Amino acid sequence: MAGSAASSIRIAPVSGYVATKATSEPAVVRWLLIAAALLFLGIFLFIPLGVVFVTALHKGFAFYFQTFRDPDTLAAIRLTLLSAGIAVPLNMVFGVAAAWVIGKFDFRGKGVLITLIDLPFSVSPVVSGLIYVLLFGLQGLLGPWLIAHNIRIIFAVPGIVLATIFVTFPFVARELLPMIQAQGNDEEEAALTLGASGWQTFFRVTLPNVKWALLYGVILCNARAMGEFGAVSVVSGHIRGLTDTMPLHIEILYNDYQFVSAFAVASLLALLALMTLVVKSVVEWKSSQQLKQQALSGGEENS
Amino acid sequence: MSISVRDVTKNFGHFQALKNVDLEIPTGELVALLGPSGSGKTTLLRIIAGLEFADSGTVQFDGKDITDQSARERRVGFVFQHYALFRHLTVFENIAFGLRARPRRLRPSKAQIRAKVEELLGLIQLQNQAGRYPSQLSGGQRQRVALARALAVEPSVLLLDEPFGALDAKVRQELRRWLRQLHDEVHITSVFVTHDQEEALELADRVAVMNAGQIEQIGSPDEIYNHPASSFVYNFLGSVNLFHGRIDNGTTYIQQTASDHLVFVRPHSLEITRQPNGANHFRATTKHINAAGPLVKVEAVTEWGAPVHIEMSQERFRDLHLVKDEVVFIVPKEITVFETGEAGSPGRPAAIPLAKRSAV
Repeated sequence: MAGSAASSIRIAPVSGYVATKATSEPAVVRWLLIAAALLFLGIFLFIPLGVVFVTALHKGFAFYFQTFRDPDTLAAIRLTLLSAGIAVPLNMVFGVAAAWVIGKFDFRGKGVLITLIDLPFSVSPVVSGLIYVLLFGLQGLLGPWLIAHNIRIIFAVPGIVLATIFVTFPFVARELLPMIQAQGNDEEEAALTLGASGWQTFFRVTLPNVKWALLYGVILCNARAMGEFGAVSVVSGHIRGLTDTMPLHIEILYNDYQFVSAFAVASLLALLALMTLVVKSVVEWKSSQQLKQQALSGGEENS
Repeated sequence: MSISVRDVTKNFGHFQALKNVDLEIPTGELVALLGPSGSGKTTLLRIIAGLEFADSGTVQFDGKDITDQSARERRVGFVFQHYALFRHLTVFENIAFGLRARPRRLRPSKAQIRAKVEELLGLIQLQNQAGRYPSQLSGGQRQRVALARALAVEPSVLLLDEPFGALDAKVRQELRRWLRQLHDEVHITSVFVTHDQEEALELADRVAVMNAGQIEQIGSPDEIYNHPASSFVYNFLGSVNLFHGRIDNGTTYIQQTASDHLVFVRPHSLEITRQPNGANHFRATTKHINAAGPLVKVEAVTEWGAPVHIEMSQERFRDLHLVKDEVVFIVPKEITVFETGEAGSPGRPAAIPLAKRSAV
């Protein structure tokens, strides 16, 4: 139904910044700046990315795929997918709940809550990992009790999942919050006066309005969950085949001078990142279409 | 359904939005809540809707206390100032929303919903826009969709918050007439909020003028306009000239300095003459003349330096041959006097000897 509408939408008056004669620079300056930017991108992004794939493949495809037959590598991939698979849905629910509460209601301590959501961004990942070691580790606060009950968190999968959840917590909430705040309460109030229940209002009004922002947040959250190194490294214990995620496994292989294998796994992670970028661009494009539509509906007359 | 608001008070932090407000609206009436921004009119409307809850006081529908009911239970139709249409739904889906949101056992069948929506689309004359999204409609069309959406659930009362506030003057005029017609057909008890006195006077059966969280006066447009109960109401309805005055032996005197009475004169109740007319006049110098429109508007400065606005017919203006920077005599034909700070005595057109300029 969205497709049929999109075809008849008028050109939106909103567009990116367009330089006019007054604000534009001479051609030389423009080309110099563009060249500088490209050079920088090339040295710091494209060449390293290329090196990853070239090194991974320089002993041939057969050798490349052999890496992925190694049980430890497969275990690392599985663990990465598992921790992302747990952390991302949980953070989606947490993020939506937090953004909803902050965006739609006024309460005491709102500022504190917003700061708390940002905390994982401002704390070094290593410290995030250490928090869990100090809490659940052998010498930690809950350590003796956990041992007595034979529950392993640190140097085990639960610790890795916990650390991943902590580090990736802000992404969804941060993406949604501005959107929810900008949209205000009007549509929810309208739904309420029309007899909709709280759940109906949420699923039929609030969620459809923020779906692109939500997807964008989930994508970023997922990218970080799969790539997280610091926090996971602290709680993992680097037990091969058991508590190694992909980033940790890459480090181990590299330290063992298994460069090709290390880069092969790295290429997989890089591939994931590239795919994320593609999906992200599509989502961004879609959500900007939606924003344009909203800008139109925000205007008074557009006939 | 009749609405009765009793002794409602509402505070937002330290700001008192409503102070002991009483309001009775009989079934089928169209009532305007008129007032400047911050007067509490929207808060009162939202309290009736159940979108806001009073700190004290009660709200009744048909004598039944619904003070503690949620907006969902009250079954009111609410039209928002900025439409609040669901932007991800089409016009059809917007109007059908309330019916589709009903619990299964109360929900009409698909065919019934379709029939109802189509009937409403006909009512708002947007039959061929059913598949469009709100962003593809003009402001006036959006407002009509918002109205249809509110009417779809067959509400017991219709509440409209500045329904025409975001529209341009011409569309506003059309929609206003259309809403009046609609009300005459459907006869649903309706309350709308506006800061536009012309809109309130033209559209409503009765107008409640609000100021600083209280209802200053409620009455028919005629009563409100011709017999304002307070200086605020007089001042709010149309332009007015304000003079200091005092009353001696039943005669009102306009004077230069502040005193215990205020004299209000509408611009069309001031007459400009070339010749002094006994004692009932004062002198003024014309400063600006605007002859565009049905009435000629003259701005002048009185002999004691205060600005004064006069309106006259085009005919009278031609007879006078009035020009700028001319000294003329101004005769008040009809005045209204209020005691300062009080809802004062109704004004009476009296002989008005001009006070000495030095008089206190």
